[in-house]
Amino acid sequence: MSTSTITSTADLPRTSDGCIQFVTPDGQLRTDASVDHDALGRLIRDLYRGMRLARRFDDEAFALQRQGELGLWLQCRGQEAAQVGSIAAVRADDFVFPSYREHAAALWRGIRPADLLRQWRGVANSGWDPEPYSFHIYTLVLAAQLLHATGYALGVQRDGSDTVVVTYFGDGAASEGDASEAMNIAATNQAPVVFFCQNNHWAISTPSSSQSRTPIHRRAAGFGLRSEQVDGNDVLAVHAVTSALTEHVRSGGGPALIEAITYRMGGHSTSDDPTRYRTDSELEAWRAKDPVTRVEALMHAQGWSDDAFLDEVQAEADELAARTRRECLALQAPDLADAFATVLADVPQLLQEERDAFVAYRDSFLD
Amino acid sequence: MTIQQFRLPDVGEGLTEAEIVTWRVAPGDPVRLNDVLVEIETAKSLVELPSPYDGVVQSLLVDEGQTVDVGSPIIAIRVDSEADATPDDTTGTRAAEPTTVPHPVGAAAAERTAVLVGYGVSAQEPTRRRRRRALSARSADTARPADTARSADTARSADTARVPHPSRPPVLTKPPLRKLAKDLGVELAEVRGSGPDGRVTRQDVLDHTARRVLPTPGAPGLAAQSAAQSSWSTASTADDAVRQDERVPVRGVRKATAAAMVASAFTAPHVTEFLTVDVTGTVELVDRLRKDPAFAGVRVGPLLVASLALLDAVRNHPDINARWDQENQEIVRFADVNLGIAAATPRGLLVPNLKASQDLSVRELAVALNELTVSAREGRTRPADLAGGTITITNIGVFGIDAGTPILNPGEAAILCLGAVRRTPWVVNEQVVPRWTTQLSLSFDHRLVDGELGSRVLAHVGRFLEDPMWGLAMR
Repeated sequence: MSTSTITSTADLPRTSDGCIQFVTPDGQLRTDASVDHDALGRLIRDLYRGMRLARRFDDEAFALQRQGELGLWLQCRGQEAAQVGSIAAVRADDFVFPSYREHAAALWRGIRPADLLRQWRGVANSGWDPEPYSFHIYTLVLAAQLLHATGYALGVQRDGSDTVVVTYFGDGAASEGDASEAMNIAATNQAPVVFFCQNNHWAISTPSSSQSRTPIHRRAAGFGLRSEQVDGNDVLAVHAVTSALTEHVRSGGGPALIEAITYRMGGHSTSDDPTRYRTDSELEAWRAKDPVTRVEALMHAQGWSDDAFLDEVQAEADELAARTRRECLALQAPDLADAFATVLADVPQLLQEERDAFVAYRDSFLD
Repeated sequence: MTIQQFRLPDVGEGLTEAEIVTWRVAPGDPVRLNDVLVEIETAKSLVELPSPYDGVVQSLLVDEGQTVDVGSPIIAIRVDSEADATPDDTTGTRAAEPTTVPHPVGAAAAERTAVLVGYGVSAQEPTRRRRRRALSARSADTARPADTARSADTARSADTARVPHPSRPPVLTKPPLRKLAKDLGVELAEVRGSGPDGRVTRQDVLDHTARRVLPTPGAPGLAAQSAAQSSWSTASTADDAVRQDERVPVRGVRKATAAAMVASAFTAPHVTEFLTVDVTGTVELVDRLRKDPAFAGVRVGPLLVASLALLDAVRNHPDINARWDQENQEIVRFADVNLGIAAATPRGLLVPNLKASQDLSVRELAVALNELTVSAREGRTRPADLAGGTITITNIGVFGIDAGTPILNPGEAAILCLGAVRRTPWVVNEQVVPRWTTQLSLSFDHRLVDGELGSRVLAHVGRFLEDPMWGLAMR
């Protein structure tokens, strides 16, 4: 079977502790995974491309920060499978409420590098118009996006639309009260939300072990959500479980939560020094589970890739990096007059007057 | 060929400096974009800095171990051309002689200077204040179209007087002054600003008001101003502040309080006595009652014990619970003790009293005091509660005050004042120990109460508060 046609998680292959997994960390397809080989081969190449592009973009943005071109950057390195696997499994019009680290998902939706960077270069408060991408702007005050998603989903419900709302958050945000409130409200209203938790093990410097005594997916079950735990560094497993649970939600089954077990390979941000709170051996253990090299090993073993394909992706990644740098350095401050246009759907007279007054003021300068 | 200098960036949101720990390159080394150049240590972490250029290292500008400010050039890199900074664009003309470009890569970045937060500001952005187009000369009664006002020809004319116009830039001033202007009905655009950049100051608004209102005797709301005040104001210069004193009509409780205090203070000759007492026993009793289930839901404080003490003093010295009847030239000994409690309420000072409080049990008294103070605070004291008081307690201790000389509630002979209960050094058994103490003061009407009686009453209250268990036992 192809992972996108999966509608039940019952038959998905699992590790001994119940975590859904298709591909072992060394790139072997699990023997208990029954798959449509050709369909999976096509899918995996798309997913790999998305992950590679995201990693290259992320690296370039990190370098730009170190070169003084960005004020701050939050790397998504290590979480590419969780993000690409999930965003690829939902419909293009399913509305996403991200945290601030979902660069791989954002790129997948077609958001431009310049738009992803402008906020971090300090030229704008946010990067893009959410509507055409069905992808909300980054949320900095974490866990708020779960409530935004739930509220949006209640609206979707009332519109009678079959859109599903997806929200990304981490283990840290899951500890906040907003997360519990959102899950509870979503459950009691059977709102069409997929809560996608990337448990990357660290809430800045607080380990997940000191945040929760139970796995987050079990907590969600307590609120009445359909929930699953998945190997978040296995892009196929993430795709499969997201496909299944998104269809569950879309068909009126109520909200769901996916806990993707992954790892933040970089610091919390470019201002953070993770060596102060975590060990090299932990990092090495997770490097061995890297989501990108896992797929490379899988594709090689299954005969799904060749040098031409890999070279092609490499060239595309390099072009993306160059474009990222070019667009970053060319970023201009936005026209503040635009701020008046994006606050309210219908601009009232007073706001129009204030805008005109502002424009007159702005134009009153000689230089 | 150009020489690019790489300046130390702020890699951690607000860092000002970093130490150069290890150079990973040496002069003559080729470097590619994003190759690690150097390891630096900031206040936050060890950080590797990647090269923003493709090229050859020309020179290291800072030695290892040195701490440098953010924004200082740390390395010079020879690049084929500026365009080489981006690997996708390899075209560019080679200059015969290297030229030094002391800024980061790219056309935009080349004009940027390092600031506290990582990315720089454009060098084109002026460090000086931006110049405004001068507002064109006009008299206050000739409004002109905005586009004419901003035309280049008239823009530099000298007069910067402002007139109101919908499309004009807003007047520079502070929000409280906008409110002040609005409250005073002043059109801010008509006010000449004397502050920096023509900013309108508080004084400007007030001056404007003075100029505007004074020649207009019939102005609404100013009808009550006397001719004298107008002439005074007219005589003053425009620069004088018009700071008007507020005049509040005396009504209601304020009026009643004033009348009562004048009547009391200037008819009854007041004497006030003071006594400092160790009220540790009272504090302990209060604590005990607060924990007692029988007093659940009842607020208990030192005022309760003081009330018990005063009631006990009255029992022993009934002459204190009396009044001077000037008309009949008699002293009236009250049958009941209607214990008044001075209360600060939303309406003002009220002294509601507890009728026949001598008959109340300790708990009943506590409940009654509760009810009385809550009613007073909520402004629902009944008129009957305010009439017929015979003796009063005022508790200024709740304001942290030690003692006062209270004025008698008219028609009463005594008022007891409670001070704040404080932890103070006290001599007990020839040892200085910390104890809870308070100051009591008692004002009394010397027409009917002599120093002896007043002293005995105050001493009795003090003794009760020192040993309330004894007081209750003797009740």
